[in-house]
Amino acid sequence: MKEQLNAIMEEALQKINALVNLETLNDIRVAYLGKKGELTNVLKSMKDVAPEERPMVGQLVNEARAKLEEKLEEKKTAFEMKLREEKIAKETIDVTLPAKKPMVGHRHPNSIALDEVERIFVGMGYEVVEGPEVEYDYYNFEALNIPANHPAKDEQDTFYVTGDILLRTQTSPVQVRVMEQGNLPIRMIAPGRVFRSDEVDATHSPSFHQIEGLVIDKNITFADLKGTLAEFAKQLFGENTKVKFRPHHFPFTEPSAEVDVTCFKCGGSGCRFCKGSGWIEILGCGMVHPKVLKMSGIDPNEYSGFAFGVGLERIALLKYEIDDMRLLYENDVRFLKQF
Amino acid sequence: MNTPLSWIKAYVPDLDVTAQEYTDAMTLSGTKVEGYEKLDADLDKIVVGKILKIERHLDADKLIVCQVQVTAEGETVQIVTGAPNVKEGDVIPVVLDGGRVAGGHDGSKTAGGIKIKKGKLRGMESYGMMCSIEELGSSKEMYPEAPEDGIYIFSDHKSYDGIEIGSSAIKALGLDDVVFEYEVTSNRVDCFGVIGIAREAAATFQKELKLPVVKETGNSEKASDYISVEVQDKDLCSRYVGRVVKNIKIGPSPMWMQRRLAACGIRPINNLVDITNYVMEEYAQPMHAYDLDLVAGNKIIVRRGKDGEEFQTLDGQVRKIDSSILMICDANKPVGIAGIMGGENSKITDEVKTVLFEAACFNGTNIRLSGKKLGLRTDAAAKFEKGLDPNTAMEAINRACQLIEELGAGEVVGGAVDVYDNVREPMRVPYNSHRTNKILGTNLEKETMIGYFKKVDLEYDETTGEVIVPTWRQDVESQADLDEEVARFFGYDNIPTTLPTGEATTGKLTFKLRLEGIARNLAEQFGFNEGMSYSFESPKVFDKLLIPQGDKLRDTVLITNPLGEDYSVMRTISLNGMLTSLATNYNRRNKNVRLYELGNIYLPKALPITELPEERMQFTLGMYGEGDFFDLKGVVEEYLEKVGMKNLVTYDPKAEKPFLHPGRQANIMYDNTVIGYIGEIHPAVLNNYDIGDKAYVAVLDMPEIVSRATFDVKYQGIAKYPAVTRDISMQVNKEILAGDVEAVIRKNGGSLLESYHLFDIYEGVQIKQGYKSMAYSISFRAKDRTLEDKDINEVMTKILNGLSKLGIELRQ
Repeated sequence: MKEQLNAIMEEALQKINALVNLETLNDIRVAYLGKKGELTNVLKSMKDVAPEERPMVGQLVNEARAKLEEKLEEKKTAFEMKLREEKIAKETIDVTLPAKKPMVGHRHPNSIALDEVERIFVGMGYEVVEGPEVEYDYYNFEALNIPANHPAKDEQDTFYVTGDILLRTQTSPVQVRVMEQGNLPIRMIAPGRVFRSDEVDATHSPSFHQIEGLVIDKNITFADLKGTLAEFAKQLFGENTKVKFRPHHFPFTEPSAEVDVTCFKCGGSGCRFCKGSGWIEILGCGMVHPKVLKMSGIDPNEYSGFAFGVGLERIALLKYEIDDMRLLYENDVRFLKQF
Repeated sequence: MNTPLSWIKAYVPDLDVTAQEYTDAMTLSGTKVEGYEKLDADLDKIVVGKILKIERHLDADKLIVCQVQVTAEGETVQIVTGAPNVKEGDVIPVVLDGGRVAGGHDGSKTAGGIKIKKGKLRGMESYGMMCSIEELGSSKEMYPEAPEDGIYIFSDHKSYDGIEIGSSAIKALGLDDVVFEYEVTSNRVDCFGVIGIAREAAATFQKELKLPVVKETGNSEKASDYISVEVQDKDLCSRYVGRVVKNIKIGPSPMWMQRRLAACGIRPINNLVDITNYVMEEYAQPMHAYDLDLVAGNKIIVRRGKDGEEFQTLDGQVRKIDSSILMICDANKPVGIAGIMGGENSKITDEVKTVLFEAACFNGTNIRLSGKKLGLRTDAAAKFEKGLDPNTAMEAINRACQLIEELGAGEVVGGAVDVYDNVREPMRVPYNSHRTNKILGTNLEKETMIGYFKKVDLEYDETTGEVIVPTWRQDVESQADLDEEVARFFGYDNIPTTLPTGEATTGKLTFKLRLEGIARNLAEQFGFNEGMSYSFESPKVFDKLLIPQGDKLRDTVLITNPLGEDYSVMRTISLNGMLTSLATNYNRRNKNVRLYELGNIYLPKALPITELPEERMQFTLGMYGEGDFFDLKGVVEEYLEKVGMKNLVTYDPKAEKPFLHPGRQANIMYDNTVIGYIGEIHPAVLNNYDIGDKAYVAVLDMPEIVSRATFDVKYQGIAKYPAVTRDISMQVNKEILAGDVEAVIRKNGGSLLESYHLFDIYEGVQIKQGYKSMAYSISFRAKDRTLEDKDINEVMTKILNGLSKLGIELRQ
């Protein structure tokens, strides 16, 4: 019995070693370990073995079976590894072939610039609000200390709908509307479309966008205005950006200033972009005129504030070096897809 | 406003700065210098020379060979020239070997100048060049004494007597100067004159201001014996001063005056004209001169014009006058348009004997409106428009008379005729220095602030605590204005930089803006690029969009003064901008274009307009190329789901949009409300916009979205029990919409119905004429158990019964 077992084992191991592929491996398993396999047959013939020898023979058979299984598994793993390697070897692709790009849209440069500005001011605790684009003369001019017959009101600058309804020429009327609501303190920015009677050319458009800013609280100072806009400029144009405040005149602020930032192309040393000055003008600002506060129902003796106005297109044109404003309203996808 | 540095230095003698230093400091103290031009930037090594000897060039008929003395010590150089106008003994400007001139004698300029080197002209050595005024970068206009063609000759003009050979010709010609260009803000009327700028310069650089001392000159006669003045419309003329000069001697004005005027861009004409221009530049006070012999009745009447009146101005044009325009008249007729231009009928000629000088103060707004009405903008009007200080008029006219006397241009008659009822007094503004520090965030001493005020003639009255504001400073009328004076002289740069303190506030966007942000993100995710178009457009747009006459969309907000008809109506529909943009892309052969826009439409509440129109934000999507109606529909539904609008969206094909394909359009419905529309553009409209491909649009009316959207999301749980799916295939009359079939499924599906989807739709040979095959997959699920066949069968029977009521049969 033992000899028979050894012979079977020897034959089986030889066959396993001689295996050349995975398909025949299972045949061997069936031939030796299957229900009618040779090793199983040995086990079936146990009834012919003397009862006292049975445990010993049983053990031998089980050992032989375990060994065969182990060998078969070893061989199987080896074959599988080989097969996988062959498969992998065939699957090489040219990774430099072109990408399949999903069709993704792009945002208008104005909106990207606005998103940036909003992010900065929302981070500083400002609320983003809106006001009407078709506006009353009162909000656009009078309440901003621009009385009747002021040159800025001239028809050549302002589009009128009726005698007292017009297309707003600035986002500043939103200041007045927010102040009138009287919820103090105020920290807001108001982006939006504005309109001026300028013929369309590379640097002019009869419709463009501004962002108005307004802060009203007790003890707001010109120093706060400087600090706020310096922070804004740094966040928008980079940490090394410096700002310069120049005296200017706006009817609704006093003192007023225009703000230049160091040229973001040359860093202030002077280049063609900044016309050699090293500075680029980006916005107008000032302390809210006490008359304007009073007209909106805020006591200038108790409260003070500052306001500023930024041209969105100006920022977008500067930031992205766009040389013709008309591109912004043509909506050619070859332009839009660059942003 | 332009001024040469030399003129400023005349009044601020201690000023010693470079052009750049001046520019920077003046800009920071509030007088913005836009730029400057160094007149001698391209000039180098140009001296005064004297032609000692002229000989013919042996090989060229048109050339001469000159021996020119170029140093005081008598050193000479040989110069060959073709200039026709020189003779021996002439004193001329000479550029030496290695020097530079600004351009050619034809007036053309070369950036950086032209280098002059010694060389040979037809074999004769030449060591430099004698210069014309054009080669020196100027023109005969600005140097009227220069010859028409040829070399500038100093020795032809008395004013150069004693000029030293070898000295700088640049200096002699006044070209060693810098001209500054300022951007003066509208509130600083005083800074439209040299004196105002000089005052600011003196204050900025802390130097003494030495203005010309003006004396009231004149003989023993009285001006009032020559002329009387009556101002009828005092609302438009707050002051009128007249002075008389007799025995006028017209001639050129002195070089120094000509040079200063030229530097300001004003062409020198003659002594009389130059003096009025000079004083206008100095004081920002325009003046006018009339030939008194042409003023009838020795009388000036200032009154409004008459409607329908015509008047010939001194430029020869006939102008239509009306009663809003202020006129200067004599006893019989108008002789000038006040503050804008004089009349042809009283114009000064070379034969003038007696002149009436006028210095007045007119209402700025009226001058501006009159100028616009007449289409006439003059230097004088530009100054009057700002609203002048009436107190300047007398000083300016006296200055002019003084110059006339000094220059020997005539005999000034004593006294003046002055009509000035409401004398403007200096304003007294209460001042609180603590308030200044509080607003600026500074900690300045009161004395420092008062020191700043003094520099610009703002006197502080210690007893009343008021600042006395001279009348030329019309911009200073309150504490805030004085705060600014302190700020600009302390220096904006020196004010600290802080951030606002106080109550913290929350930064946020409005709900509407957040929804717009989501719209942007989603549209871009599906390949749509953001466009922007104008809010105003042409009324012809409605025709292009096939919108019928009388349609509500044609009720528009009209701009009364548009840039042109193409920009004259505020849009009531967002499609024109979108289709125009798609067309632009189509015509430029861009493929597969998808655009979106978020922009307002403007709907009048009533016509005529008496209140603000309703502004409704529209989310407009448009595309051509890849994709169809249903792709676009998918984008709309994804958006609605993203903003929490999870109820059923339905589509009503009876949208009746004339600009959309009649069989391919629908109103987008949510909770029984139209929230937008979607469709394929009508072929006729495509044609109108020159789009050669099918195009699709969807428009969502954002106010309807804002009122329904929500960011509240509640977790629904994930189903524990399996779903059961049944597929049905039906033969459906073509008239029946998928929406109708789905409504039946929903209605009968009960609480077990989880979802359904159309997986096949087919029309063709196997299907009866007039019918289509539709196949739906319907899923059922219960939350609490595994469904059994009998549950499903029950529901399916109901659904099938419902469908059969629509005449729908199952296909076997």
